[in-house]
Order: sequence, then structure tokens, then C-alpha cells
Amino acid sequence: MTTTALSRTWKKPPFIKSPLVRWTLWLLAGIYVALAFGTMDVDWGRVAEGVPRGQKFLASFFPPDFTGRWAEILDGLNESIWMTITSTVIGIAISIPVGLGAARNLAPKPVYLACRGILAVSRSFQEVIIAIFMVKLFGFGPFAGFLTLSIATVGFYGKLLAEDIEDMDPGQAEAVKATGAGWFQWLNYSVQPQVLPRMIGLGLYRLDINFRESAVVGIVGGGGIGATLNTAFDRYEFDSAAAILLIIIAIVMVVEYTSGYVRKWVQ
Amino acid sequence: MAVFEQGELKVWQRRERSKQFTIWAGYLIVTAIFVYCWQLISEKTVWFFVLDAPRQAADMASRMVPVNWGYMDVLWGAVWDTLNIATLGTVMALVLAVPTAYCAARNTTPSVVFVRPVALFIIVASRSINSLIWALILVAIVGPGVFAGVIAIGLRSIGFCAKLLYEAIEEIDESQVEAVTATGASNAQVTAYGIVPQVMPAFAGISVFRWDINIRESTVLGLVGAGGIGLQLNASITNLAWTQVSLILLVIIATVVLSEWVSAKVRHAII
Repeated sequence: MTTTALSRTWKKPPFIKSPLVRWTLWLLAGIYVALAFGTMDVDWGRVAEGVPRGQKFLASFFPPDFTGRWAEILDGLNESIWMTITSTVIGIAISIPVGLGAARNLAPKPVYLACRGILAVSRSFQEVIIAIFMVKLFGFGPFAGFLTLSIATVGFYGKLLAEDIEDMDPGQAEAVKATGAGWFQWLNYSVQPQVLPRMIGLGLYRLDINFRESAVVGIVGGGGIGATLNTAFDRYEFDSAAAILLIIIAIVMVVEYTSGYVRKWVQ
Repeated sequence: MAVFEQGELKVWQRRERSKQFTIWAGYLIVTAIFVYCWQLISEKTVWFFVLDAPRQAADMASRMVPVNWGYMDVLWGAVWDTLNIATLGTVMALVLAVPTAYCAARNTTPSVVFVRPVALFIIVASRSINSLIWALILVAIVGPGVFAGVIAIGLRSIGFCAKLLYEAIEEIDESQVEAVTATGASNAQVTAYGIVPQVMPAFAGISVFRWDINIRESTVLGLVGAGGIGLQLNASITNLAWTQVSLILLVIIATVVLSEWVSAKVRHAII
């Protein structure tokens, strides 16, 4: 824009002003991509060979077989739904005290650090890794899946709750405190009403995620529809596997739309 | 807000009585469903194993120390692979998500009736199948290795990136677009000068956010053979090499915390 005095054409100012920094960044990105591809070791022969194999693989998914394993599928679905509901309830119940402790404007420093630590650790591990250990400790079945999803819920919900509390309007909190309310009254009448609408929405969102995750937790032995899916894969019953995948997609879509609708209605 | 008179006294309650009852009924229903589901899970659980778990956990923990730091020499390669899976997967997802989002946003889509539903279906399908399942399928198609992991992460992330991006496109300020159109700009120019600058911060934020999530996701892809640190984790667990397992877990925590820190810093700098 400063060059208008000299030339009549305008050029969009670049995002990064200094040309040196801009080009160095591009160069570094280029080097990184080259290195990454260099170490990736793509066996193009294998990929080319895989294309017809993949086609055959996908062809064996069709037509999806809903009836052959219907009893097992129904069993798996039921287990998934139980796991989803119980783990969401327990996870949220645990994450409320942890989330309160992890809010900087509520908790003293040592409590804050401890709760943030709990959240960081439970968020660091992907559900599947937690599930592997839970299955090792508690045996196969939905109980391990339930524990896994609960832990994941604590990390997710606790963190968002803490952030929401940190963002709240301090004016209302102060007003309630000024009436001489006790700590729990203060929490109940000033903090809770401010965060509740969003937290109900997030709870439903987490219900949705937990169902989706219950499909993977089963792959490593955590019960639910994932276990059925894994069995179908192991037995090369790809038509049943396709049916299960389609059912998962359908349920996820239904849950997503209903939870979106309920969230709008609640807020 | 409800105030009741009890003789002389005026008692304040937060809610009307009927509303309070509705809320209690809601709690009752949720509790009943929870207890019922819990019962069913409990029937399928071998409680003997559960009761034995604390002892098992202590045993496992005792086998995990001391951490086998020497194993780190092998792990560097796995960490590098994991980072590559996450980064290249995110790049691939972004490249594919931009046109998808463009087609899915109500104000930019070429056709609301024909193109938009297709774009929305791509978004939903990519989001509802977990990256581990994508990896399971892709390992069978392109063979085990990092490449399968990159594609799995990429396919999985399209939906997420495209969804957030198209929401950002739908929320842009139309008057800027109008102003650029008024200068006689062509369609492509309107996109480049009217829309792109407005969604650029959102785009950068989304990509860093998804990169951060993908680091976490790519740590498990190795379990099904798609490369990365999960491969080592799986091998160490099957070999019962617990001192290696503890090192891997520490490395995963460090990587995830670091990536979260980087993404928070970058998002802070952009937005």
C-alpha cells in the first residue's frame, strides 16, 4: 500500500512482513517435507499391488450382511450403549471436583497444580492406550471399556469446565459473596448458573464422543460394538464388518443430530 | 425466582416449585437409566479380576521401574515417524478440506441442492470412522508403515477441518465481499481478496488445533501396523518389556504436552 505513489498497481501485503523470515520459513518447511518423505519409505510397488487388493477388499464388504450376525451385533451395540451412558455419568461426576480444583480463580495454587496434572495425564493418552492397560488389569469386557471412557471423559470435561469457570463473570460471583454466602452457596448460586448451560451441551457432546470411542475401545478388548467389529475382521467376515461400520455411522449421525438439537433447546 | 410467604417470613427460592420438581424428575430418570446400565455391565464383569486389579497394578508398576533409558536410541526414530504422521496427515487433510469446506459453506457452494449434501456427507463419513479403523483398512490396502498412517490421519481429519472451516466461511462479513465485488473483481478474485483474508486466522487456528489432536491419535496407529511409536508400544507390551513400556509412556506424555504447548502458543500468536 505504501508503493501507490510510485506504481499504479496494488499488491496484497504479505502475511509475514520481512522477506528474509518469510523465505526462511518456506525453506525450512521444504526441508522438513523432503526429510519426512525421505524417511517415510513408501514402497510404491506394494502400493500399486495394493490397489487391486484394496478393490477386492472393498468388494468383499458388499453387500453388507446385517442378518447373519444380527444377534452378536445387537449384543455389541447394547454393551456399547451401557458403556457410553455409565462412563459419561461417572466421568462427569468425577470431573466436577477436578475441574473446580483446576480453575485458577477458585482453587489455591497446590490444588490447582495437582488437578491440572491429573487432567494433563488423562488427556495425554489416547483412549486406546488406556484401554490396553485397563484390559490387562481388569480383564476383557465392558468394565474395562467403561473405565477407559470414564478416564477420557474426566480429562476432556474437567479441562473445559475449568476453562469455563476461569472465563466467568467475576461480578456475579462477587455479588453473591457480598450477601454472606458460604463457599458451597457461593458455588451453587454464582458459579454453577454461569457455566451450566454450556456444560450440559458439552456433556451431550461427550456422550456422543464416548459412543464413537466405544467402537475402538473394543478393538483392544474393551467390549462393545468394537469387539464385534474386531471379531468380524478377524474371521474375514467383511460383509458383517461393513454392516457394523454402517450401523456405527448411522448411529453417530443420529446421535450427533439429536444432541445438536437438544443442545440448541437447552441453551 | 420465586418468593413464598411462610407466615410473616418471606422465603426466597431459586426456582418455582413445579420447575424444581421437573428438574428432580430429570435427575431421577438419569439415575434410573444409569443404575440399570450399571447392573447390565456388572453382570458381564468377572468381579474376581476387578478385585484382583490393585495387586496387578502394583505388580505392573513394580516391573516398570527402573525406566530403561537406553531404549531411547531406538525410540527417536519412532517419535520422528509419529510427528511425520501427524504433520503430513494434517497437511493432507487441509489440502482436501479446503475445497470440501468451500463446497459445504452455504454462501460459497456452487450448488446448495447438489454439491452441498455431497460435501456434508464426506464430512460426516470422515468424522464418524475412527482413525484406528481407517488405519486397519489402509494397512490392508497400502501395506503396513508410515504411509498408511499418514493417509489414515488425513482421511480422518478432513471432516473435522472442513466442518470448522465451513462454519468460519459461513460467518464471514458479507459487506467486505460486496465491496470487493463492487470493484469489478472476478469470482476467483472475490474469493482471494474478500473471503480468504477473513477466514485465514480461523484456518490457521484449526490446522494447529488439529495437528495437536493428530499427534495424540498417531501414537496409537502403530497398534494396527501403521507406523509410529504405537508399533514400539505394542511390541514392548507383547514382549512384556515393562521397563521399555514405561519409557514409551513418558515419551508420549512429553510429546503430547509439548505439542499442546506449541499449539497454544501459535494459536495465541495468530488470534
